[in-house]
Amino acid sequence: MSFVPMKTWCACLLVFAVSAVAGAQDWNRAGLPDSAINAPKTNAAPAPKREISGIWDAGGVGIAGPGHESAPWTEWAKQKAASYKPGNGPRAVYEADINDPLSTVCDPAGFPRLVMYETRPFQVVQTANQVLILYMFEKRWRVIWIDGRPLPKDPDPRWYGYSVGRWEDDYTFVVNTVGTDERTWLDNSGNPHSSDLKVEERYHRVNHDLMELTVTLDDPKAYTRSWTPRNKMPLTLAPANFDMMEMICSPTEVMDFRKTISDRTNNK
Amino acid sequence: MKARFLRALFIYFVVVIAPVAAHHGTASFDTSRDLTLKGTVTDWIWANPHCFLKFDAMDETGTVRNWAVEVSNPTDMTKRGWARSSFKVGDVVTVNLQPVKNGAPIGRLRNVVLPDGSSLSATGPAPAAAPPAQ
Repeated sequence: MSFVPMKTWCACLLVFAVSAVAGAQDWNRAGLPDSAINAPKTNAAPAPKREISGIWDAGGVGIAGPGHESAPWTEWAKQKAASYKPGNGPRAVYEADINDPLSTVCDPAGFPRLVMYETRPFQVVQTANQVLILYMFEKRWRVIWIDGRPLPKDPDPRWYGYSVGRWEDDYTFVVNTVGTDERTWLDNSGNPHSSDLKVEERYHRVNHDLMELTVTLDDPKAYTRSWTPRNKMPLTLAPANFDMMEMICSPTEVMDFRKTISDRTNNK
Repeated sequence: MKARFLRALFIYFVVVIAPVAAHHGTASFDTSRDLTLKGTVTDWIWANPHCFLKFDAMDETGTVRNWAVEVSNPTDMTKRGWARSSFKVGDVVTVNLQPVKNGAPIGRLRNVVLPDGSSLSATGPAPAAAPPAQ
């Protein structure tokens, strides 16, 4: 035993534990177990160069249910969000009064909310001219162009914007996005944004098993300064046989929930 | 020791509490009350944004009402050992819940004891040995 370092034994046990869980259920997995998310990854193999494909999971940190403490709002943002009635944060209202377009009528989460809230497991697929991100939440995908095209100058707004990506170095993939739809909220606490919003995502692969996501928002129309709601959020690489659950907002199911629960929780 | 405590507190709030409050906060609920009711399952809805259990139970006033109590979404509940098949209509269960403030038979389920005596928790991580589906 003495010739095998303790760290190696721990790593083997972790791999065994993850494999055992993966083998126990090959379908419909909600996410990695907390033991895999929280395990130290300092001894993992080196990261492959210019390669972030695979299924990544941030665990509970990715969900960020209560919302974010944002940069200060501008007057425009205050007016924009005056009608927002969020379920979380300092302006939280009774459940019956929430008007979050995502949770009450299943409007798309949109971007960047998808990387601010409910960042559940997602799969990255790299092709010759695109990087695709397939999200478990909403079962949606984004296209990130890596063919060298510039961002559009005056784009029509889209729920998920327009994204281009580039490799800043062999281990850091940077995505820039514009053209988002200002009907979407940034999070559950009702932080607004304008269609002038510019988003930078930095996917830094630390080693084979660990990647860090940093998201910076620059929206001078809505915020007095840029801010970074995700700062090196750790993402764990899932086993290749990880089969993601569906997590879809169905208007039929939401209406049933509202009728049975939400609409009866009012305090009037 | 203090750092360890703060880390544990952080993990509790971020990993354990956050998923429970993923869609809305606690404004509607009376967090000072804790009810335990024995009743009969009338429906179990496995859906987003929240699963919910409906059951008939007699409350402290002697009235039988049909309660609807929510938990988190199927993804989070799967992690805690719950399943679409966790309940069937007619199951006699004991439900610990936090009611809403307005007195309606609505609440947030905290823990439930199943007919075989095993229990499911809605607020913590999945137990080490989750009971079999009913």
